[in-house]
Amino acid sequence: MHVLKLIFRNSLRHKLRTILTVLGVTIAILSFGLLRTVISAWYAGVEASSASRLVTRNAVSLTFPLPLSYKEKIRQIEGVKSVSYGSWFGGIYIDEKNFFANYALEAEHYLDIYPEFIIPPEQKEAFLRDRKSAVAGKKLADKYGWKIGDIITLKGTIYPGNWEFVLKAIYKGRDNTVDETAFFFHWAYLNEIVKKIAPQRADQVGWYMVEVKNPDHAAEVAVRIDQAFKNSLAETLTETEKAFQLGFISMTEAIVIAIKLVSFVVIFIIMAVVANTMAMTARERIGEYAVFKTLGFGGFHISGLIFGESIVITMTGTVIGMVLTFPVAKVFASELSTYFPIFIIEPETLYMDIAAGLIVALMAGIFPAWRAIKISIADGLRRIG
Amino acid sequence: MKIPFSYSLRNLWTRRLTTSLTVGGMALVVFVFAAVLMLAEGLQKTLVDTGSDDNVVVTRKSAGSEVQSAIDRVQASIIETQPGIAVDADGRRMVAKEIVVLIALPKKSTNKPSNVVIRGIGEKSLELRRQVKISEGRMPVSGSTEIIIGKSIAKRFKSGKVGEILRFGLRDWRIVGIFDAGNTGFSSEVWGDADILMQTFRRQAYSSIIFRLQNPTEFEVIKQKIESDPRLTLEVRKETKYYRDQSEMMAKFLRILGISLTIIFSLGAVIGAMITMYAAVANRIAEIGTLRALGFRRRNILAAFVMESLFLGLIGGIAGLIFASFLQFYTISTMNWATFSELAFSFELSPHIVLKSILFSLIMGLTGGMLPAIRASRMNIVEALRGE
Repeated sequence: MHVLKLIFRNSLRHKLRTILTVLGVTIAILSFGLLRTVISAWYAGVEASSASRLVTRNAVSLTFPLPLSYKEKIRQIEGVKSVSYGSWFGGIYIDEKNFFANYALEAEHYLDIYPEFIIPPEQKEAFLRDRKSAVAGKKLADKYGWKIGDIITLKGTIYPGNWEFVLKAIYKGRDNTVDETAFFFHWAYLNEIVKKIAPQRADQVGWYMVEVKNPDHAAEVAVRIDQAFKNSLAETLTETEKAFQLGFISMTEAIVIAIKLVSFVVIFIIMAVVANTMAMTARERIGEYAVFKTLGFGGFHISGLIFGESIVITMTGTVIGMVLTFPVAKVFASELSTYFPIFIIEPETLYMDIAAGLIVALMAGIFPAWRAIKISIADGLRRIG
Repeated sequence: MKIPFSYSLRNLWTRRLTTSLTVGGMALVVFVFAAVLMLAEGLQKTLVDTGSDDNVVVTRKSAGSEVQSAIDRVQASIIETQPGIAVDADGRRMVAKEIVVLIALPKKSTNKPSNVVIRGIGEKSLELRRQVKISEGRMPVSGSTEIIIGKSIAKRFKSGKVGEILRFGLRDWRIVGIFDAGNTGFSSEVWGDADILMQTFRRQAYSSIIFRLQNPTEFEVIKQKIESDPRLTLEVRKETKYYRDQSEMMAKFLRILGISLTIIFSLGAVIGAMITMYAAVANRIAEIGTLRALGFRRRNILAAFVMESLFLGLIGGIAGLIFASFLQFYTISTMNWATFSELAFSFELSPHIVLKSILFSLIMGLTGGMLPAIRASRMNIVEALRGE
């Protein structure tokens, strides 16, 4: 009990220094937590993918389409429950910096395969009935202030021209891991116009979304689909939705690795700061430690005092940092929704915060503790400040 | 009278552990700061160097990059016959109709497929790119299924040797050469015959047309002429601008990320410097009193302590830069968001970045040291002398 009291009193002896160190730790833990959240936001698409969905695309690369006629063939393959398809539209809303995902879908089946998109029944009805209508995610609609019935114009980059859509429905995610910033409309409408402006590109889809009957057999179904189109003019590549999403991330892996590294660098920086504080503290108190030794306290108690103080300072900063992460992440989430549709702090991040704090505290204490234990009583008593 | 320089230096040396920890913290911050700037610089240099100032790229209107663009044969021949295009020694026009598509190739390190740009080239394509040299093997014979690959592709992707076969689009393609395009985007491309590739991928249209201007100053005139032609729905850009546009989003992302990170990190390092300097002042109260008693003025004391913290910053900055300069040997590849394809680039240390980093570290030292230095200079002589 007395030891604890001593540790607290000790850590308040240099109030300014302690406050500065705690502030430093707070900033470090805050940025560490945010960086970790950025990384999990990067993987959000993978986390949200379902095991029962397969994506079939052209084996050459994503930019090549598949013929519409494959739909029936895929549907007949054993283990397939339902099939839908879509094309990436890549339209620009007013200006290039207003980026959001927009694509054309065969909506009826697609919405069945994606139960996590929740649309009120009357809106869904209205959307399915009107060919020129579109659906937007709630966050997207809020961002641009769209209401049901608004006309939205997109400038096509892949399909030239200005495209007008009537917003007929707004979807919500089933839970907060679902991307609410997407925009989609009827594939049939896209195809109708393409037939007029570029007939050779009509009746082609970007990808097929396949729902399998039993997720355990997803791999076999994928192989069966690819075999069905082997040596055809458009060979297919079928993979689970997760693998498909991971493929995108593996291309930007270098950035993810860089962010991971940087998140550790910040811990190292703060480690240097806390170690500095502890080194100074211990040096000033060498005389006291010698007195402790004279009184018969061993290395265990002395290092306990040093580590204890280090832990008190670091953990105070860590806890404040963790608490602050939540409001800051909220601001980030609304500011960066273009880049990261999903920005949630995961429990894992909080555990890592605590672990990082503890490691910093222990590393910072090692050297001063070692010095305090090693110094002989006579030397310690002789030393002044 | 000034307090000698060595006083500040010696003081740092006496408290080696504290000094090195503070410097270490600052060095890490400068390292991150420099690394991000170097990355953005490297990316932009790679993409900007890819273009030449007298080359012009024609793509379909509102297509951001060649990958999204399409120019049909009729439009292509209209462009081809425009006046103002340079001619070579044999009297042929310096123009190339190219097709750009993405294919997925497995990477050497992970065996995972990654998107690669494959460019169907015309006769003049190589000549139009002065920076591209065949470093091994030969050019593909036109009208054959032969390809050449960029040196970054050869390094990072499977089957990257001359004589090997790549299979895509239901055909076998023999690699007959490797080309070196320096630090440009072309090094991350595969080149083959445009017409054969169009057949293979069943494309009716070219992706882009590249031509050399006879007179670079006439660019605006030609641009005006092509873009206002009612038969064409095309966009005309200088090659340099075309590639700069591509790098913009990524470079901006890197810069924003980097600057916001370093600002947060530097707060940590500034706090570290502040702790050190406050302690340096607190430990030397009697010393400061003595100095004042000897006749040194307040501003001399202030200067000495500010100098000391500037030194801390400078050492940290130099150490960080030394670490960062090693990054130049490191090449990273990532997805270019404008084209969805792989692009390899390296960290680039420019004098500009060196200057910025040193300045940044000095500012960190100054902000950390200012308050403690002011406290030191404000001390009352008598109290300070009694202090110890």
